[in-house]
Amino acid sequence: MKFIHYLENISGVSIYPLTSLLIFFVFFIVLLWFVFRTNKDYLKKIEQLPLDNNNQ
Amino acid sequence: MNNKETFYYDNKIVKWFAYATMLWAIVGMLVGLLAAFQLVFPALNFDLAQTTFGRVRPVHTNAIIFAFVGNGIFMGVYYSLQRLCKARMFSDTLSKIHFWGWQLIIVLAAVTLLSGYTTGKEYAELEWPIDILITIIWVVFGWNMFGTIIKRRERHLYVAIWFYIATFVTVAVLHLVNSFELPYSWIKSYSWYAGMQDALVQWWYGHNAVAFFLTTPYLGLMYYFLPKAADRPVYSYRLSIIHFWALIFLYIWAGPHHLLYTSLPDWAQSLGTVFSFMLIAPSWGGMINGLLTLRGVWDKVREDVVLKFMVVAVTAYGMATFEGPMLSFKNINAIAHFTDWIVAHVHVGALGWNGFLTFGILYWLIPRIFKTELYSKSMANTHFWLGTLGILLYAIPMYWAGWTQSLMWKEFTDDGYIKYQFLETVVRLRPFYILRGIGGLLFFIGAILMVYNLIKTVKSGKAMNDEAAEAAPLEGEYVPVHKEHWHRWVERKPVQLLVLSLVVILIGGAVEFIPSFLIKSNVPTISSVKPYTPLELQGRDIYVREGCYTCHSQMVRPFRSETARYGEYSKAGEFVYDHPFQWGSKRTGPDLAREGTQKLRKSNSWHFNHLYLPSSTSEGSVMPSYPWLFENDIDMDITEAKIKAMQTLGVPYEKGYEKMANDDLMKQANEIVADLSKDNIKAMPQKEIIALIAYLQRLGTDISAEPQNSNK
Repeated sequence: MKFIHYLENISGVSIYPLTSLLIFFVFFIVLLWFVFRTNKDYLKKIEQLPLDNNNQ
Repeated sequence: MNNKETFYYDNKIVKWFAYATMLWAIVGMLVGLLAAFQLVFPALNFDLAQTTFGRVRPVHTNAIIFAFVGNGIFMGVYYSLQRLCKARMFSDTLSKIHFWGWQLIIVLAAVTLLSGYTTGKEYAELEWPIDILITIIWVVFGWNMFGTIIKRRERHLYVAIWFYIATFVTVAVLHLVNSFELPYSWIKSYSWYAGMQDALVQWWYGHNAVAFFLTTPYLGLMYYFLPKAADRPVYSYRLSIIHFWALIFLYIWAGPHHLLYTSLPDWAQSLGTVFSFMLIAPSWGGMINGLLTLRGVWDKVREDVVLKFMVVAVTAYGMATFEGPMLSFKNINAIAHFTDWIVAHVHVGALGWNGFLTFGILYWLIPRIFKTELYSKSMANTHFWLGTLGILLYAIPMYWAGWTQSLMWKEFTDDGYIKYQFLETVVRLRPFYILRGIGGLLFFIGAILMVYNLIKTVKSGKAMNDEAAEAAPLEGEYVPVHKEHWHRWVERKPVQLLVLSLVVILIGGAVEFIPSFLIKSNVPTISSVKPYTPLELQGRDIYVREGCYTCHSQMVRPFRSETARYGEYSKAGEFVYDHPFQWGSKRTGPDLAREGTQKLRKSNSWHFNHLYLPSSTSEGSVMPSYPWLFENDIDMDITEAKIKAMQTLGVPYEKGYEKMANDDLMKQANEIVADLSKDNIKAMPQKEIIALIAYLQRLGTDISAEPQNSNK
């Protein structure tokens, strides 16, 4: 296998940074939306996991 | 719960990894000290191939990253994973294979690197047989980890485990992609990629090795051990979820910030900058989460040495992750790149974040495993202060050195000439290097105290190799109380978490790689760039073997201060036959990209004398001598295999050329020898020095044959 250049040119390469920024933005908003809808009791329970002294 | 099962945590494997962490900490730091003082006293290179800076420095970086921090990761993961899963490790045999396999890799790494077997790619210097071994052992680690997660007795996966999973999958991807190489002997290979593409893959790897070997696993450890040591839950679990996803998503894009102002296409550089800047947010989110965990218990920090170490560690993480994005701005990078500023930056991370968090965990862990008290708290406190002072004394002179270096490089006289010769900057930095060495020494003495303290602790207690615990097994299908959110589903399922992490990190890699590999316009062809002659190729391999790239870059950036000093700035098309690329990351010595051009060209006899005794031609130079190059013969038996390998990689040597290569090699060598004899130097054509001279004289010359400006 050789890495030869399959395409001769690319038009509008500036779309790459923009697309990636957009992907992240959407991802981040969805993440925030999820995190702030999370049930508080559930979080309380999970964050105690390392402190469960039954198992050191 | 009334159906509890009794089971036993495996503390023995944790203990082993803890011992290995301590051993390799001492070894890695000692080698670092040697390297630091070699830059002040070149005599410490001992005129031996195995002890020169170019070979010692990769041993130091690999020992700290993969031996010290690597074992530290496994120690912390094996301890916390069992507790968080309420289960013993999946298989004791796999644990043992993992442990001994990893130590074997470390020993092989040290031996091969000192013997000169290196791929020449930073932090990925190990040759192909060891790369395969790493892959196998990494799979063993993953297998053991997932086995444990699957047989767990706790439904929910705590955030620390997410970090471990992301670490496992990303390191696997990074290692496989960057180690793509073509073997031409039982131990040597050429990188499959060339020039710009090799650089992009390498720094995607290099940056993410920092991210996913030095950062994410340690964040997992922070999320477990900091709450443990403070005896209170993490400040915000919500924040830790955001921290996790945002961090792994953003980190993977940031690699190109190591290549700003190089021949990498602009769009890729910009991408690296933007994502590096955004990285501040999750990184600081994590730091704040760590520090605020201590809200209300700061009085404890004064008393408890474990917390002291952890607070400084998290603070150092915050400083390094603020500085990183700043260094990714082009205007700051223009000053910092290739200087000691970068060395300061990475050591704030390595000494502060990784070092101090490991020390904190060790001080917490060892007394618990041995059911005893720490032997001496005051000794641990002394370690803390020695270490803190050591970090300051290391970092401050290095920052200063970096700025000094950069300003001197860029200074012009009123008449418009470069003001300082490169060598003047080297001489100016000597006092800073001495201070840095002292800082490192203090840090090292602190670590010795810790090892002594912990050995005493171990002796005063008895190891609880199998620690009893009780928990109820998971029962049947999980029925959520409320309607379940999709993310809940991911959180409970390790495989889904792995796949999602993989997707998240692959997006970044794909957007960066695919265009630069497939699109021709990204690497403009330069017709006058030709493959290396067989002698030059042999010389280049010697250049790689001796680790010249640890001090010399081959990348002239498009600044007036660089073109005035070195000549025409570097173009991507000049490196298309470079397997591996040798752009370098640090200029302790001058750039060599244009070393053979008329502007910089020295005589063959100058190189001959310089490599024999650098101070004979350059007074005050800290470069080592290379006397063995004058005794060793070029390995001509391997020329054919090398040319063949290059042909496979697409370097256009004529068909059948491999058979004639040695004739051409000798012809060119004899020409150099004849030229040397004009300066009354008697040399033999088959010696390695002749090949290295041939390579150095070739550097940067191809482009001179190109009509001006035809390549842009």
